[in-house]
Amino acid sequence: MLRIENISKTFNPGTVNEKTALSNLSLHLKPGDFAAIIGSNGAGKSTLLNAIAGSFIVDSGAIALDGRDITFTPDHKRSVVIGRLFQDPLRGTAPSMTIEENLALAYLRSQEEKTSPFSRIRKKDKEFFAEKLKLLGMGLEDRMRQPVGLLSGGQRQALTLLMATLVTPKLLLLDEHTAALDPATAEKVLELTRAIIAEHHITCLMVTHNMKQALELGNRTLMMADGQIVLDVSGQERAGMTVDDLLRRFKAGTGKDLDNDRILLSD
Amino acid sequence: MGSILLISQTALELGFQYALVAMALFLSYRILDIADLTTDGSFVLGAAVSVTVTAAGHPVLAVPVAMLAGACAGFVTAFLQTRMGVPSILAGIITNTGLYTVNLMVMGWKSNASLLRSETMFTLLRDSGIGGDWYELLLSAGLTIAAGAVLWLFLGTRLGLSIRATGDNRDMVRASSVNPAFTVTVGLCFANALTALSGAVVGQYQKTVDMSLGTGIVVIGLACLIIGETLVGRGGMGRGIAAVMVGAVVYRAIYAVVLNTKVVPIECLKLVTAAVVALAIAAPTIKSGAAFEKRRLTAGRKGGR
Repeated sequence: MLRIENISKTFNPGTVNEKTALSNLSLHLKPGDFAAIIGSNGAGKSTLLNAIAGSFIVDSGAIALDGRDITFTPDHKRSVVIGRLFQDPLRGTAPSMTIEENLALAYLRSQEEKTSPFSRIRKKDKEFFAEKLKLLGMGLEDRMRQPVGLLSGGQRQALTLLMATLVTPKLLLLDEHTAALDPATAEKVLELTRAIIAEHHITCLMVTHNMKQALELGNRTLMMADGQIVLDVSGQERAGMTVDDLLRRFKAGTGKDLDNDRILLSD
Repeated sequence: MGSILLISQTALELGFQYALVAMALFLSYRILDIADLTTDGSFVLGAAVSVTVTAAGHPVLAVPVAMLAGACAGFVTAFLQTRMGVPSILAGIITNTGLYTVNLMVMGWKSNASLLRSETMFTLLRDSGIGGDWYELLLSAGLTIAAGAVLWLFLGTRLGLSIRATGDNRDMVRASSVNPAFTVTVGLCFANALTALSGAVVGQYQKTVDMSLGTGIVVIGLACLIIGETLVGRGGMGRGIAAVMVGAVVYRAIYAVVLNTKVVPIECLKLVTAAVVALAIAAPTIKSGAAFEKRRLTAGRKGGR
């Protein structure tokens, strides 16, 4: 599904702030793969997601999604098939617009429903949005005409999740999307994420700082250090792994301890 | 009594004509969050094109042509800021400066142009007898309300929604597979077409246009927008569009009072307008500053921090 071949990215080349964020990184995801990424501070986890989403063009290497080369495709075109959530729950929605209007914008990504730019939100669309909102179990279907700015962070993140998957994406990128939420809300959003991914068989790449989550969620665990993937476990090997095993493997692979000031070793 | 009626009639006419500028700023400044300084130049451009085409005998055709010219000016500003990386305020100033020459050219390299005995939209309507003595108000209000209705309908479309989201959260627009460069361009073209429409109507109404007609129009437009939002309140798109019309009429009424009573010398009106706009835009900062000082003084009295 996703083929990343030897991509590299250096920020501020030739200056004192030069930073190689990705170095010759390769990664293949099969359709339906759900991989969790964990790693040290500055290992390049978010940079990898940014590279895939098209926030910048990589210096070298190639990225292909579902057999189509997207290395030089601008971000707004990639977003037709790539959904994305950030840590900041405010980044994914337009606060002064209503829930209904936000969903209508997300629905613009729809390929089958190619509608004229001058068409308006139809009754059928509203019913579809309400039906989807009901699945969140937050009562948002009764507040569709309220501005999104009135919602809590957790509600906004859940709405963003719905928007990113309203039109089923080929790839979903989650960048610590529950990290800024309180534990109960985070659990709820994570549960929704799991359910939506399972229902639509979405291929997903998730950055997390929760070691346990990295082993429990999905079917693959990736560890990053210095702009490279240093560990990639799945299947049987992963099933029997504990957090301690993971840390040991990380040290064996990189020669140093995992250094992340926000890491959660357990719950 | 008769003169008061005439004064209020004129204030209403001018109010509706200039409301189009405030409507343009509602779109560019309020919705897109871009201070579009093309406004002064595209207002004169609209007036110049309108007067020139009217002088050539096509007063009705003059309106769409003027709007098209305004849209082109908006396109240049949008191109500079979305494709060339020119900061948005500077992009407007650059286009505005260039428009000075364009406007002179449109008027046949003169700094003013007049319609002596040419037919205008206003004389056509007068001669048809529709609207009686109120024909000028009927035409001004009709065009502005129609433009407001078109803008309102447009903002409810999918393209309109993406333009509204652009001023709110550009990341989210990109994530919805829409290019913000495109939405900014459409928005600024639409806004400057509205500004040019205002110039076009004013030009035919006054039967004259000169290069200084647009000076400070962006600040006056903002004043109308702010007055309107204060009186009508902020909220949905329909309310915002209604607010600019109310604001523009009230601004012209104040102008008429000042002009006739000389409470403030009329030469000072631009300075007063500028001060009012600056204060209104600064109000939230002034308010929070005042709240901070109050809090600090209270804490000081209690001896705590």
